[in-house]
Amino acid sequence: MEVMVILVPLALALGLLGLAGFLWSLKSGQYEDLDGAAWRAIADDDPPQDTPPDLAQAKH
Amino acid sequence: MQVTRDFSHYVRDAGPGLQHIDLAVEGVHCAGCMAKIERGLSAIPDVTLARVNLTERRVALEWKEGTLDPARFIDRLAELGYKAYPFETASAEASEVEQSRFLLRCLGVAAFASMNVMMLSIPVWSGNVTDMLPEQRDFFHWLSALITLPAAAYAGQPFFRSAWSALSNKGVNMDVPISIGVILALGMSVVETINHAEHAYFDAAIMLLTFLLVGRYLDQSMRRRTRAVAGNLAALKAETAAKFVGPDEISQVPVAAIHPGDIVLLRPGERCAVDGTVIEGRSEIDQSLITGETLYVTAEQGTPVYAGSMNVSGTLRVRVAAASEATLLAEITRLLDNALAARSRYMRLADRASRLYAPVVHATALLTILGWVLAGASWHDAIVTGVAVLIITCPCALGLAIPTVQTVASGAMFKSGVLLNAGDAIERLAEADHVIFDKTGTLTLPDLEVVNAADIPADVFKLAGQLALSSHHPVAAAVAQAAGARSPIVGAVEEAGQGVRATVDGVEIRLGRPSFCGAEQQARESADLDPEASIVAFSRGTEKFIFAVRQGLRPDAKAVIAALGARKIGLEILSGDREPAVKAAAAALGIAEWRAGVTPADKIARIEELKQRGARVLMVGDGMNDAPSLAAAHVSMSPISAAHLSQSTADMVFLGKPLAPVVAAIDYARKALHLMRQNLWLAIVYNVLAVPIAISGVVTPLIAAAAMSGSSIFVMLNALRARSVARGID
Repeated sequence: MEVMVILVPLALALGLLGLAGFLWSLKSGQYEDLDGAAWRAIADDDPPQDTPPDLAQAKH
Repeated sequence: MQVTRDFSHYVRDAGPGLQHIDLAVEGVHCAGCMAKIERGLSAIPDVTLARVNLTERRVALEWKEGTLDPARFIDRLAELGYKAYPFETASAEASEVEQSRFLLRCLGVAAFASMNVMMLSIPVWSGNVTDMLPEQRDFFHWLSALITLPAAAYAGQPFFRSAWSALSNKGVNMDVPISIGVILALGMSVVETINHAEHAYFDAAIMLLTFLLVGRYLDQSMRRRTRAVAGNLAALKAETAAKFVGPDEISQVPVAAIHPGDIVLLRPGERCAVDGTVIEGRSEIDQSLITGETLYVTAEQGTPVYAGSMNVSGTLRVRVAAASEATLLAEITRLLDNALAARSRYMRLADRASRLYAPVVHATALLTILGWVLAGASWHDAIVTGVAVLIITCPCALGLAIPTVQTVASGAMFKSGVLLNAGDAIERLAEADHVIFDKTGTLTLPDLEVVNAADIPADVFKLAGQLALSSHHPVAAAVAQAAGARSPIVGAVEEAGQGVRATVDGVEIRLGRPSFCGAEQQARESADLDPEASIVAFSRGTEKFIFAVRQGLRPDAKAVIAALGARKIGLEILSGDREPAVKAAAAALGIAEWRAGVTPADKIARIEELKQRGARVLMVGDGMNDAPSLAAAHVSMSPISAAHLSQSTADMVFLGKPLAPVVAAIDYARKALHLMRQNLWLAIVYNVLAVPIAISGVVTPLIAAAAMSGSSIFVMLNALRARSVARGID
């Protein structure tokens, strides 16, 4: 049962880490545009015209 | 005169050397739009930030100070195909946003605590039936207390505050039993932990808070979304006024930047955006949005004009009056004040339920304690059992039963074009059994349309439309719009108060007053046929034509009236307009009861009379003259085109041209009320089953946790049914 001395604080620390992450994400405004965030995740990083033509062809 | 657009009112500083503006944008609905706008705006040199918020349909822009004019962004967005306008966050919306962030923080804390406490509770529950050492159990209980107590103190704030304010007003709401239950459960668990007892209820208390916070947050985020949409709509109306910034120089500024005492120019065909008094000029103005009266009124020096009036013929200079409320028609202000004061304080279903619920629950707990003491149990055991009763009856399901239905129903209403102004509007709307419609602007559309378009040859119509583009007169504008004209005729001359003329292929064409076109005879015949319509004549050489222009009924008005009739709802028209106009509209829609020439006081009197007879009146109106009756009615609705005062008084606002949202809102509200009642009954049945178990003293924390989450999930699932209604307006 000595293992609990390590496991219990570890579990709590992990939980606190998750909570801190959540509060940080809330503070940095990540819940302000949920619809937009969903699309941004799959949007291209660069405008398509910036892609060199040979690279664009290589994808197909 | 030189006209510039001035948006400096909306620009604010965003750090050193940077400026910021928020724009509301119409028509953004997908990732493509988002990327297009962001790229399009970022391409402008010196723009440091261009970010679209797809949820709220807004763009945030930042640029290097002094390099760009905000008007440029709006022009750029127009080139990309989006209508945009600067946006200023209303204080109501800002506080909703703040509140919803707070609730989300509370929810995060409560959810973290429940998960961790559950991790400690499950070993205790299983340990109780196997071989856990009492020391280990105590250790787990202490750990639970360490997590739960601070978390509950933080996450419980929304409930504790609301309960405290209810109690200090000598009232009860649902948060009172919730707060008492949570505090007692925590207090007892601490005492039990100190005494090395087998059961502690930390998990139940924090889980309860988590579930309730979910309900609160959903409710809140729906309200916030409605506010955001309403804010965008207000911004996109782009109400500006031509303000004199020099003796001969005017600047087009947003209404928010206009102050009392400023002088604004009101040109023909413009809708007045401010309240004030005419100081120079002479014109006819259309006050139908204010009084319901469709005949034009003459405005000259000294005439008061109100926001929403349409200037028809001449140019006016208007001095802006002090605070908008002060300049309203005195009669309307007085009636509105009275109606608002008399607005019976409607007891919400949840409050009525908790008024019964709280005393019953607390009495049951007390009787349980006394009963066990009389039966010979120790005070300690009796109190533990009593607190268990409070925990098991803690209105978790009850607290979720109504907010979840409301959230789902208001979301569904939102989709069908209805925005809620008042939180309890759904309940009141569900009870409505008599609908009073205003005519002008409610049953009819505020825009003018050509009634006899079918009688006019297409080429003549097109030519008249092109000629009409050279006139500012609203009737001419209606002809131009109906004809779909785009290119004006070169060399057209407008004769003030008469009409426009031009020469095309050597033939003179004229559009304007019948006398201007020599068409008095035809005009008289047409006026006999339709006394309501405004007449505009058109002549090409010796050919004469008459256009009859009037406010048309909303496209689906007839179907909506029929649908309301099918729902056994009483119908009536009360209008400030003249009798022939109201009679014609009532006949066209098949509404038997109508009154014309009604003053605001008469409207209230009629509503009071119906109230006396026990009817629950839904008032649908848009004019400023309707504002007092909107406040006096049981529940009220306004179209989005309504006067400001009416829109802010009404419980609900509906969007767009169709009248169908009225029926949809009634259907959703009825369904929602039905589900709220059903959910309350479910919660009561749950209590009836669970309370005897609690009274008998066999409740363990495991049973409490299972019962609580089970009933909450059940109630939430039932609430989802509020999304769909069976009937539409066939």
